[in-house]
Amino acid sequence: MTMFEAIVLTIATAATPLLIAALGELIVERSGVLNLGVEGMMIMGAVSGFAAAQMTGSAWLGLVAAVLAGAAFSLLFGFLTLTLATNQVATGLALTLLGLGASAMIGESFVGLPGVRMESIYIQGLTDFPYIGKILFGQDPIFYLSILLTIGVAWFLFKTRAGLTLRSVGDNHASAHALGVPVIRIRYLAVLFGGACAGLAGAQLSLVYVPQWVENMSSGRGWIALALVVFASWRPWRILAGAYLFGAVTIGQLHAQALGIGVPSQLMSALPYLATIIVLVLISRNKRLTLINTPTSLGKAFVPDR
Amino acid sequence: MKKMIMGLAVAATLGVTSIAATGIAFAAEKLKVGFIYIGPPGDFGWTYQHDQGRKEMEKVLGDQVETTFLESVPEGADAERSIERLARAGNKLIFTTSFGYMDSTIKVAQKFPNVKFEHATGYKTAENVSVYNSRFYEGRYVQGVIAAKMSKAGVAGYIGSFPIPEVVQGINAFMLGAQSVNPDFKVKVIWANSWFDPGKEADAAKALVDQGVDIITQHTDSTAPMQVASERKIKAFGQASDMIKFGPETQLTSIVDNWGPYYIERAKAVIDGSWKSHNVFEGMKEGLVVMAPYTNMPDDVKKLAEETQAKITSGELKPFTGPLKKQDGSEWLKAGETADDKTILSMNFYVAGVDDKLPN
Repeated sequence: MTMFEAIVLTIATAATPLLIAALGELIVERSGVLNLGVEGMMIMGAVSGFAAAQMTGSAWLGLVAAVLAGAAFSLLFGFLTLTLATNQVATGLALTLLGLGASAMIGESFVGLPGVRMESIYIQGLTDFPYIGKILFGQDPIFYLSILLTIGVAWFLFKTRAGLTLRSVGDNHASAHALGVPVIRIRYLAVLFGGACAGLAGAQLSLVYVPQWVENMSSGRGWIALALVVFASWRPWRILAGAYLFGAVTIGQLHAQALGIGVPSQLMSALPYLATIIVLVLISRNKRLTLINTPTSLGKAFVPDR
Repeated sequence: MKKMIMGLAVAATLGVTSIAATGIAFAAEKLKVGFIYIGPPGDFGWTYQHDQGRKEMEKVLGDQVETTFLESVPEGADAERSIERLARAGNKLIFTTSFGYMDSTIKVAQKFPNVKFEHATGYKTAENVSVYNSRFYEGRYVQGVIAAKMSKAGVAGYIGSFPIPEVVQGINAFMLGAQSVNPDFKVKVIWANSWFDPGKEADAAKALVDQGVDIITQHTDSTAPMQVASERKIKAFGQASDMIKFGPETQLTSIVDNWGPYYIERAKAVIDGSWKSHNVFEGMKEGLVVMAPYTNMPDDVKKLAEETQAKITSGELKPFTGPLKKQDGSEWLKAGETADDKTILSMNFYVAGVDDKLPN
C-alpha cells in the first residue's frame, strides 16, 4: 500500500461518520425540524451496534441494530417535538445528554471487550490495482453506503415529488398544511431517517473506525455533522465536500505533525474547523441561492389548526 | 456496587458530567471522599486506574469511607463548579485527578478551608491542598530502551495529549532510554490536543505508521492506538493501565499507575487527623509506577528491560542524568549531574534528538 492510498483511506474513514450523520440531519432540517440530538443518537448507534455485533458475532447485525437504535431514539424526539410540540432546541440538547448517559450505562458491561470489525471488501484483481484499487474497491461497506446515501439524498430532494413535498413542509408548514400535505407525518419520517443515519454513523465508529466500545467515543462528531449541514447551506454534495475536507485537513495536520514541520499543534488541531468553515462559507456566499436553500420553517413547532 | 446516575449537567464544551454515588451514609463519622475524573472510568487508561484506586480504598477502608466521583469533567470553568459541588455535598477529602484542574482546585480550596484537597500531577500547593505525582517518566525510560531494541526502522511514534511538563518528561525519558541503546534513534511526535478521543488517537496512530514508525507509544488515554498497532502488525506500549487485552500480540509493556495505596494512606490520614499538605513525587521505588508484564519481545530484550527497571527502582539509574543537551544544542546537565525535581516538574524543553518542535 502506498502512502497516497493509506492517507486517502484514513481520510475516508474519518469523513464517513460525519457525512452519514450530516445527510440524515439534512433531511430532518429540510423538513423544518432542528434536531440537536445527533451526538446522542450517534452514540446510541455506536453502543447498540457494538453490543449486537459482540453478542451475535456479526458486524452486519450490529449495523442493523445501530440503525434501529438510532431511529428508535429519534422517535422519542419526534414524539416530544412533533406530537407535543416542545421546543426543538431544548429537546434536541436533552436527547444528546440522555444518549451520552444512557449509552454509558448500556455499554458498561461491554467496555474492554474486543470488538467485531466490519471487514473491508476484497475483489480479486480490482482491489490489487495499483494506487486506486484499494480506494475504489477495498473499503468497508459503510463507506460505499455513505456514497450511495449522498446520491440517494440528492436525487430524492431535488428530483422526486416526495422530495419536493418534504422541502415544502420545511419552507412553509402552514401553506403545506393548507394544501393538504400531512406535515406531522412527513416530519416524523424525516426525523426517523435522521435517527437511522446517526445510528449508522455510530455503527461506523464502533465497527470500523475504532472497533471497540468506550464511553463518549463519538467525541463531538455529532456536533461537527450538525455544523456541516448549516455551512453546506443544506446541499447534499456540499456536505460531502465539507465532510471530506474536514477529514482531509484532520489527517493532513496529523501527518504534518509527524513530519515535524514545526507549526504549533494547537493551531494544527484547529485547522480542520477553520478550513471547513472558510471553504463552505466561500462556496455558499451567493446570498440568493443560500436563501432559497434555507428551510424557513426550521426549528418552528407546528400545531395544526383544526 | 450500586451505581446511580444522579444528575446531568451541560458542560460549556458540550461534554457531559454525570455523578455517581456509591453507598449510603449511616454513621456521621464516615469520611466522604470525592473524585474528579477527566474521562470516563471505562477508558481503560488514566481514569480507569484512578477509579481502581478509589475502589481499592472502598474495599480496604470499608465502612469508614463513602466515595463519590464526577466523570468526564472538562478542565476549566466546569472543573471549578464540579469541585465545588463535591465540597458542598460534604466531601472532606477531594482528589482532582488531572493536571488541568490545578487552578480550579486551588480556587475552590480557598473557599473550603476545612476540606482537604489532593491534586494529581500539578505543582501548586496550599494549606489544604496537597500535590501527588508519579514518576511516570521512569517507566517511559524503560519503554525507550525496549523500543530501541525492538524497532527495525529505528523510529518510534509518540502520540501526545497536551504539551505539559508531565508529557514532555515522558517524551524526553523515552528518547533518553532509546538513545542509551541506539544513539541515532528517532521519535516522531503527534499532539492530539485531547486526552481522550479514540477516533483521533487512531488517526494519529495510522499517520505515524504510514510514515514508517514500527513502535507506537501514547500519552493519551484510550486504547485506540493499541488497536491500530495490532491491525498494522507493529508493536506498541500501553498507557496508564495494562492494555494487553487490546493487543495480545502487540503490547510490549505498559506503565500501570497504581494509585490505590496512596489513596488509602491519605484517607486514613484524614480520618486520624494527621493529614498535612505535602508535595510528593513517587515512582517505581514507592510502587506508584508499576510495569505490566514484558511481552512480545525476545528474552534478551526482556532481560535488559528488567535490569533497567531494577536499576531505576534501586536509584542506581536516574533517567535525567548528565551529560545531557537540550534540543537546541545547549548544555543542560553536566556529566554525572542529575536534574532536580523542580526542573523535572516544570520541564518545557526537549532533549537533543527529538524530531519535533515543542508547541508553547
